[in-house]
Amino acid sequence: MTETEVREKLRQFILTDLIKDLKYALTDDEGIVSGGLIDSFSLAEIGVFAEQEFNVYIPDPDLTKAKMNTLNLMVARVMRDLK
Amino acid sequence: MPMLTLETRPQWRTLLDSATLLVPDERPAIIYLETDKAPVTVTRSQFMGEVIRCAAALQTVGIGARDLVIIAHIQNLESIYGFWGALWLGAVPSMFPTLTEKLDPDHYMQSMAELTRRSEAKAVLTTDTFAPELAKRCACPVYGTSDWLPDRDEQSETTNMMLRRPKPGEIAFLQHSSGTTGLQKGVALSHQAVLNQLASYASALELSEKDVIVSWLPLYHDMGLIAGFIQPILQGIPLVLMSPFDWVQHPALLLRAIHEYRATLCWLPNFAYNHLARRVRVRDSEGLDLSSVRAFINCSEPVRQGSHQLFLERFAANSVTANQLAVSYAMAENTFAVTQSLVGEIANTDMIDLEALQRDLRAASVAADAPHAAPQVSCGKPIANTMVKIIGDQGEVLPERSVGEVLVKSDCMLTGYYHRPDLQPFDAEGWYKTGDRGYIADGEIYIVGRSKDLIITAGKNIYSQDIEAIIYEVEGIHPGRAVVFGVPDEREGTELIAIVAEVDVTDEADRKVIYQALRQQVVRAAEVSVSFVSLVERGWLIKTSSGKTARTTNREKWLVERADGRL
Repeated sequence: MTETEVREKLRQFILTDLIKDLKYALTDDEGIVSGGLIDSFSLAEIGVFAEQEFNVYIPDPDLTKAKMNTLNLMVARVMRDLK
Repeated sequence: MPMLTLETRPQWRTLLDSATLLVPDERPAIIYLETDKAPVTVTRSQFMGEVIRCAAALQTVGIGARDLVIIAHIQNLESIYGFWGALWLGAVPSMFPTLTEKLDPDHYMQSMAELTRRSEAKAVLTTDTFAPELAKRCACPVYGTSDWLPDRDEQSETTNMMLRRPKPGEIAFLQHSSGTTGLQKGVALSHQAVLNQLASYASALELSEKDVIVSWLPLYHDMGLIAGFIQPILQGIPLVLMSPFDWVQHPALLLRAIHEYRATLCWLPNFAYNHLARRVRVRDSEGLDLSSVRAFINCSEPVRQGSHQLFLERFAANSVTANQLAVSYAMAENTFAVTQSLVGEIANTDMIDLEALQRDLRAASVAADAPHAAPQVSCGKPIANTMVKIIGDQGEVLPERSVGEVLVKSDCMLTGYYHRPDLQPFDAEGWYKTGDRGYIADGEIYIVGRSKDLIITAGKNIYSQDIEAIIYEVEGIHPGRAVVFGVPDEREGTELIAIVAEVDVTDEADRKVIYQALRQQVVRAAEVSVSFVSLVERGWLIKTSSGKTARTTNREKWLVERADGRL
């Protein structure tokens, strides 16, 4: 899977399941957690999604607001361990 | 030292008769867990030592009997010792939510200043980083850790301290609920009331020395404070504790704790069943044995059968069975529990006709496959010495299966709202009107809704008007032209918050700014997330004279338009 595909899958997931608004113009470096778009519950959900969709296991200490705040950060973390 | 039960109740005078304090041996009192850190075990003797050390330190800064001490701290061991240290002096501690990075510091400090002024607090205990700024706002002294609690080796006198035994009828502590509305009402509980509650509750739970309680719940919430904190310390059973912030992000932490420490009792609001079932990854729960749990007790938001089902299916491989799924109906005004379903048995489910419920206010029993059949999960029977009745609009007592307001009367109720003589919690016969709507069937209580305009999201009580007041401050939003309501969500097992706001701007970039500001302002002021934001044109909202109807009608319109894709 390419980085572009990972990015689009994550973007769709965030818009559909987390922000619940497909029309929202989410940018790559926008603070999703710090901007109040998603809450801490969603961090655990991103962990589940990454495992199901990309077979990438992100351990708990990496599922934090600072490490998952933007789409760019999430993509980079998934790409690091993508096989 | 016996446990506190209905039988042993006469031997107990105050919370200072707690088993952990009276028998300070080497058994574990608290095991504190944090992601990525080694567990910290506090023995009873260490606990006792820390409590006395805190009591002495508090006395040094001038805290005495009956003084209100607000603890606005991060949830950690220091705040716990501070709470019991204040109790030790006969002072009145109250746990309060701390300032988190998400909250707007200005808004938070303003409400703290208001709280301390109104309640004439004697002191606020908080973190070192936060103390200087808060001190500028509050009328009373504000102490960071280093201001009031000296290092262990620097503290000289602890032995000379005179222990003043409070009287059973004196106020032990206050509970505050969240939001502007909750903040103004400190629920004042006496030693006697708390002991009565825990005696009755121990009997309902068949509590024994073999029990181990596990909790991630916040200590400023009644469920976390009473069931998950005061109860284990008082009864002398181990408490395995973690921070709510940690648990929300890392839900498997709770399951590992149950497995590791063979926990037997765990209180959870309904959303937590969904959160655990949906967000614990399979590899994080593999091999964990959850069979030690006598009861997962669903409490503090409406119980959904679907959430129990989801939880059962997800953790069947970890030996979770239906008999572990218990329910309690509780409120701070009754100290905690009003009812408790039988521990070791699955809570009853009543299949009722939803249409008849709405039409006739009757919970008519129907077959599961009947049209409009909906499951209602029982909250169980009232605990000992607590009575429940259901009344109609004219105040008349209703028969079984009639829906009305739930009233409670017991020997463990609040003394009153602290420093609010204008708020009378009881009617002439001593009944407390809960604001919840429900019915009784075969002596068991079922809650179906509420009279108050309240959203319960992830166990947190939020008033629509509080959120509306916040969003009216957002630039581009006109007061009166936005509404806030709750939307029940099956997937999350809780109510989600929706905002519908009329805006005049049409430029996409400008609308995005408003959209983001709405979500951000609510998180910063109320620490809850908004799940849905709909910006609509002027004239979309249906205007009515009362705020409550406006919310209901606009909610209906929003649901229809969202379902057919117009929003």
